Amino acid sequence: MDFLHLMMEQGVIRTLADELHDLFMLVFGNEVVASFLMKGVGIGAILGVISVAAIVFTYGERKVCAFMQVRLGPNRVGGRYGLLQPIADMLKLMSKEDIIPEGCDRVVWALGPMLLFVPTALIYAFFPFDNGVALADVNVGIFLMLAISSQSVLPFLISGYASNSKYAFIGGMRTVAQMLSYEAPMVFSLLGVVMLSGSMRMCDIVEAQSQQLWFILMQPIAFVVFVISATAETNRVPFDLVEGEAEIVAGPFAEYSGMRWALFFLAEYANLLSVSILTTVFFLGGWNGPFLPGVVWFGIKVLAMVFVFMWFRWTFPRTRVDQMLAFSWKVLLPLALANVLFTGVGIYARQWM
Amino acid sequence: MDALLGQVHALVAWAFSLANDYDVPSLIEAGVFFLFAGLALLFACGVIFFRNVVHSALSLTATFICVACLYLSIGADFMGAVQILVYGGAVAVLIVMAIMLTRRDNMAHSNPSRGLFRHAAAAVLTGLFLSGMAAVAILSPFKSAPQSLGDAAPGLADLMLSHYVLPFEVAAVLLLIAMIGAIVLAKGAEER
Repeated sequence: MDFLHLMMEQGVIRTLADELHDLFMLVFGNEVVASFLMKGVGIGAILGVISVAAIVFTYGERKVCAFMQVRLGPNRVGGRYGLLQPIADMLKLMSKEDIIPEGCDRVVWALGPMLLFVPTALIYAFFPFDNGVALADVNVGIFLMLAISSQSVLPFLISGYASNSKYAFIGGMRTVAQMLSYEAPMVFSLLGVVMLSGSMRMCDIVEAQSQQLWFILMQPIAFVVFVISATAETNRVPFDLVEGEAEIVAGPFAEYSGMRWALFFLAEYANLLSVSILTTVFFLGGWNGPFLPGVVWFGIKVLAMVFVFMWFRWTFPRTRVDQMLAFSWKVLLPLALANVLFTGVGIYARQWM
Repeated sequence: MDALLGQVHALVAWAFSLANDYDVPSLIEAGVFFLFAGLALLFACGVIFFRNVVHSALSLTATFICVACLYLSIGADFMGAVQILVYGGAVAVLIVMAIMLTRRDNMAHSNPSRGLFRHAAAAVLTGLFLSGMAAVAILSPFKSAPQSLGDAAPGLADLMLSHYVLPFEVAAVLLLIAMIGAIVLAKGAEER
């Protein structure tokens, strides 16, 4: 009973982590060794979350798609609901032939998908999953996170370039144009959140939302801008010009097969999860919520956001390149800047009231 | 069971006392520094010696990221993030420009840093630069221990918007001029 009480008070993850830490202390009897091992456990947990999310989302995406299109979706492998479909997909990908295109830039071509996964996984270190549960709760958390996630442009570009194929190459060029132009409104929309909470530390931002309102109510424009530019950053429909099957086969990953292709896929789903987590942390109050433990609320909100992004994917048609770029620079960026201005004026006005 | 635990505890304690005797924490710190510094130098050499201009540009990114890791390792989070954001993003554009301007059938020999004269000139310039750096390093009064930087962002913001507001604004105007210039160059001004 005492244990359950502690769990409610401290949060589930925190309590379990403390128990594990005590166990390590009992075995090794040294604080440094125990905290070192705890960091290792944390990294393992994050990689586990990413892998499980990728497996669940491949299944979820197909089921959501089927639901939107009034179909059944996967229903053969593993019972009526096709629950083992992701495992079958994975086995198929692993047993595929590894085709290396002729005349490609070998080393760079092989590095592309591997490097793509590095920034994608690295930013999970900054996410607060529950009160005080973040692997690295840095002072400039948001800023460092944005900086690292902006590095995923380059791997797309180099795999497009190194494939020695015009479709892949055009896809790589499009990636640079798209991801760099949508980064600007995304950063400026987050600026309003930072101004309101007065901190760039992720945990402080969630804490600020438990004292004030959730930022989706105080920053509705920033929320809309952020969700749209996050969709573009993850290269999902309606902004999936990077892949654009109808125009350029599959963009930068046209020449990859088997596990190399699966790495792009894994990175896409890891990105989907991370933008959902970011929306939850910045606008939906993170782990805050009544009755249930924090991490459960966090999970519910994140999965709801994942559903919203999948919803976008299966209801909107793909935009054209010029429309997409004009939308970013002529609509989203001015909106985000105006939001920063209004937020500033609002904060100033509140100080005088 | 207790005896086993006791032995493990004793082993760990012995390892730590040994580590303290040889000052392992500061060794690790130095090791991290030399690892990233060495990698940065290696990639910087790659920028010069790769024959493919795209490989050179990628090597340049790696150099920048190693420098960012050096910033992060001394606790300058903000500087590290700026380094990654600005240089990492800029290098992607640089590569695109390099490919666009020099696109040919085969990029294998696109980085033309060959020839004895160029090597000699580069060696002389590098020598001059290094001796200048050494002179500055010897003459300037460095503090031996780096201070903890803590939360640098608010301090930087305060300085930029109060004491250094004029240079800050001048830089903004300069960027604006560059942007307008780029647009005029790309689209062409209307002639009267």
